[in-house]
Amino acid sequence: MIPACPLAALPRGEAIRLDADPPIAVFHTEDGELYAIDDTCTHQDASLADGWLEGCEVECPLHASRFDLRTGQVDAPPAKAPVRTHRVVVEDGTVYVEPSDLPPNLPPGVRSRSA
Amino acid sequence: MRSVAVVGASLAGLSAARALRAQGFDGRITMIGSEPHRPYDRPPLSKEFLAGHLAEADLVLEADGEDLAAEWRLGAAATGLERRSDGFAVPLADGTSVEADGVVIATGAVARELPWRLGGVHTLRTVDDARALRADLAGARRLVVIGAGFIGAEVAATARTLGLDVVIVEVAPAPFARALGPRMGAVLAGLHEDHGVRVVCGVAVRALTGDGRVDGVLLEDGRRLPADVVLAGIGARPAVEWLEGAGVEVGDGVLCDAGGGTSVPGVVAAGDCASWFDPGLGRHHRVEHWTGAAQRPATAVSTLLSGGTAAPDQAAPPYLWSDQYGRRVQFAGHAGPEDEVTVEEGDPDARSFLAVYRRDGRTTAVLGVDQVRQFTRWRRRIEPVGAR
Repeated sequence: MIPACPLAALPRGEAIRLDADPPIAVFHTEDGELYAIDDTCTHQDASLADGWLEGCEVECPLHASRFDLRTGQVDAPPAKAPVRTHRVVVEDGTVYVEPSDLPPNLPPGVRSRSA
Repeated sequence: MRSVAVVGASLAGLSAARALRAQGFDGRITMIGSEPHRPYDRPPLSKEFLAGHLAEADLVLEADGEDLAAEWRLGAAATGLERRSDGFAVPLADGTSVEADGVVIATGAVARELPWRLGGVHTLRTVDDARALRADLAGARRLVVIGAGFIGAEVAATARTLGLDVVIVEVAPAPFARALGPRMGAVLAGLHEDHGVRVVCGVAVRALTGDGRVDGVLLEDGRRLPADVVLAGIGARPAVEWLEGAGVEVGDGVLCDAGGGTSVPGVVAAGDCASWFDPGLGRHHRVEHWTGAAQRPATAVSTLLSGGTAAPDQAAPPYLWSDQYGRRVQFAGHAGPEDEVTVEEGDPDARSFLAVYRRDGRTTAVLGVDQVRQFTRWRRRIEPVGAR
């Protein structure tokens, strides 16, 4: 489990990027749900934490691909591959992320630092 | 409507085919493409693909297993559009013809060329262009880029990263001035100068020199820039010659209403070849951006399938992005020469900032350099000119 931030530091409608490998984005939706997905858009190198959060969807800031935060699935192209989702836990007011065991779908030209 | 011919098999054409299926059209779709390739993404051609970081397979736009149940006619350009009593026929360069009840025009644009035909002189539009330019840059020391638009700037940045000496020549007094205004254009020119690229503005090219192969660029003021390779980044013209005599009204591109409908019922157009009526600007406006080619075909298809009765979506402000020297440049809206420009975040001298363009108190455009999160928020505040 990776400690992300105090819950109080992540207001609704905001997102933070965790410097994991590859980076992870944690979103706090307007409805009060917390979701974590891979931060890097699967289409091209862009940080989804910098994207536009609407409902349970984030729109990539570069080319407007949309991903479902609950499933990681692509809701709108140009992205073709889903992002991984990660389990989020809140304990004693701190947000933790449990990274997925699956291999990430990184965009072409972007490699995981450990790969 | 039982059959649709999509003329143009790049981003706009593919987006149109996807929109047809997404909007419930289950008839025959024929995709007609002048290039032999399946739809591919062009923006990386001046960047990661030119640098050799992406392979051709990485450019493919269709997802694995994506099946639009379309018939593909690639490598055969459309040569005309004929009206029949019961629809249309699109004759192709290979002598065959495609018949359809409806037509989507998505033939894109063609790079403008310099009048001098010499080896080592390139334009960049297609993957074949990019491959040829890449091969030529590999053995070259000096590149001259003619035209400080985004393609020219990206090729300059990529070539610089590959170790070439690079000069950009621009006839306007400032680079990128048409898109960004003179002040922000000068800031972006500074980004190139930071990396050792010379930016020569306010002077036209008199001639290219060389015997068979280019060896220099002669400027109107008498200066001569030695060059092993020249890239002309001097814009593109809409690929609409094939429509001559078809009765489709053409100006700077196919003239369309705000929903992509042309002057001929049953024919819509989208992407770089199309000049849509922009209600905000109060005139037709041709947009050559990737985002327009990705998003507007859905509106055009809904116009086509509804017979023009569907109310068009409000078009999003034009948006472009560019990557130069690892900096991410994003711009949205319409910058006018009279706009007041203020820096709202960061510092232009640090090459990381967000600038907002305003006219009469209205936000008209936003420019971000390495300010992605702020840009995401600010671009939503852009108001069309006619909004109030």
